[in-house]
Amino acid sequence: MIRVVLPAHLRALARVSGEVQLEVDGQVTQRAVLDALEARHPTLLGTVRDQATKQRRPFVRFYACQEDLSHEPPDDPLPVAVAEGTEPFLVIGAMAGG
Amino acid sequence: MTGVRVLIGTRKGAFVLTSDGTREQWDVSGPHFPGWEIYHVTGSPAEPNRLFASQSTGWFGQVIQRSDDGGLSWEPKGNNFAYDGDPGTHQWYDGTPHPWEFARVWHLEPSLSDPDTVYAGVEDAALFRSTDGAETWQELPGLRTHGSGPFWQPGAGGMCLHTIILDPSDPARMYAAISAAGVFRSDDSGTTWRPINRGLRSGDLPDQDAEVGHCVHRLAMHPSRPEVLFMQKHWDVMRSDDAGESWHEISGNLPTDFGFPIAVHAHEPDTVYVVPITSDSHHFVMDGKLRVYRSRTGGNEWEALTSGLPQQNCYVNVLRDAMAVDSLDSCGLYFGTSGGQVYASPDAGDNWAPIVRDLPAVLSVEVQTLT
Repeated sequence: MIRVVLPAHLRALARVSGEVQLEVDGQVTQRAVLDALEARHPTLLGTVRDQATKQRRPFVRFYACQEDLSHEPPDDPLPVAVAEGTEPFLVIGAMAGG
Repeated sequence: MTGVRVLIGTRKGAFVLTSDGTREQWDVSGPHFPGWEIYHVTGSPAEPNRLFASQSTGWFGQVIQRSDDGGLSWEPKGNNFAYDGDPGTHQWYDGTPHPWEFARVWHLEPSLSDPDTVYAGVEDAALFRSTDGAETWQELPGLRTHGSGPFWQPGAGGMCLHTIILDPSDPARMYAAISAAGVFRSDDSGTTWRPINRGLRSGDLPDQDAEVGHCVHRLAMHPSRPEVLFMQKHWDVMRSDDAGESWHEISGNLPTDFGFPIAVHAHEPDTVYVVPITSDSHHFVMDGKLRVYRSRTGGNEWEALTSGLPQQNCYVNVLRDAMAVDSLDSCGLYFGTSGGQVYASPDAGDNWAPIVRDLPAVLSVEVQTLT
């Protein structure tokens, strides 16, 4: 089970509290996790990544296991701890904007 | 029982205010969508309990919300605003080509007759339509691709399509206004468009008769006289008597003709309201006084309306979508400020009082008259 932590605005939009737990078939990558997240919560379409290009929105970051994974290729495997569910995949609203 | 519902979009959420026909006591609901920028909230004339809201942030992009119970509950709807085909480029501030990029929805305009149809004016400027209650959106590309699009440039606030007016006497006729391109009209339900900017004079434009390049801030129409349009331009208050074919200035004795909103009295097609702002470099009211100006002659002759409005140390702005009228027998007028106050006048502007204050900066105000 993959654990995803969303920022407050997206938790409100998806109407969830706490972590989102997702089943991901096959290799656990950014793309696979986000595909599963959007399939479970279609209201999040377009809020984390562009709907057409699937690129991460500029002020959204992805962290896990004390690492910034925002610039990692979307099809690279996520850390084993994320794939095993011992660590969450964090979707962060970047601290920007003054 | 009659009453009014005031729909307010702010920098940090939406608010819904309701009152009975006296408009003396107000119930305040909100913030809805706290923390998000709400550029516009509006209701369907065909089904007044159906509301639409444009919700966005720089972090998480665009969301469209719909309520079917007058704002008691909301559901996110479709937010995929994809330009039709390869959108190409428009001009950037420095005159170089710049790709068309969707940023946000500035304005939502529900159909006058069909509760499932709603139009969206977006940045970068384009017009979208939904015919399924905002679930899906399709661009009406004839506006962006009619020919002048590659020469449109953004205003300081972005290249936004901020005004959509539907002609109640002719379902095929509609208007759209874009900063800083100008006004456009369609006579075939949005399929084809042409600029209608003849007579506009825009500061330092090298060609004053330029087809586009005019920073139109807002249009207003009275439904009983749809061929007459009023315009608050960047500078100048303008009027057209021929559905936009030509424009003439009606700034008259206004202390400054810079401003953003313009509105028409619900029952008097020649009574027009503006809120003059000091200048394009001083986006606040003149002399520390918040004054609405009213013309009862369709322009040129204006009177200041000040009763109940702050007349010292006031330095707020009123944005283009932040003034509206109700249609009760004694027409009510409403506007919201950058300081978070929403003022209402139940007597066509003669007397004012704040109906809510200390909200986040107000981006839009719409009013529904409930029967």
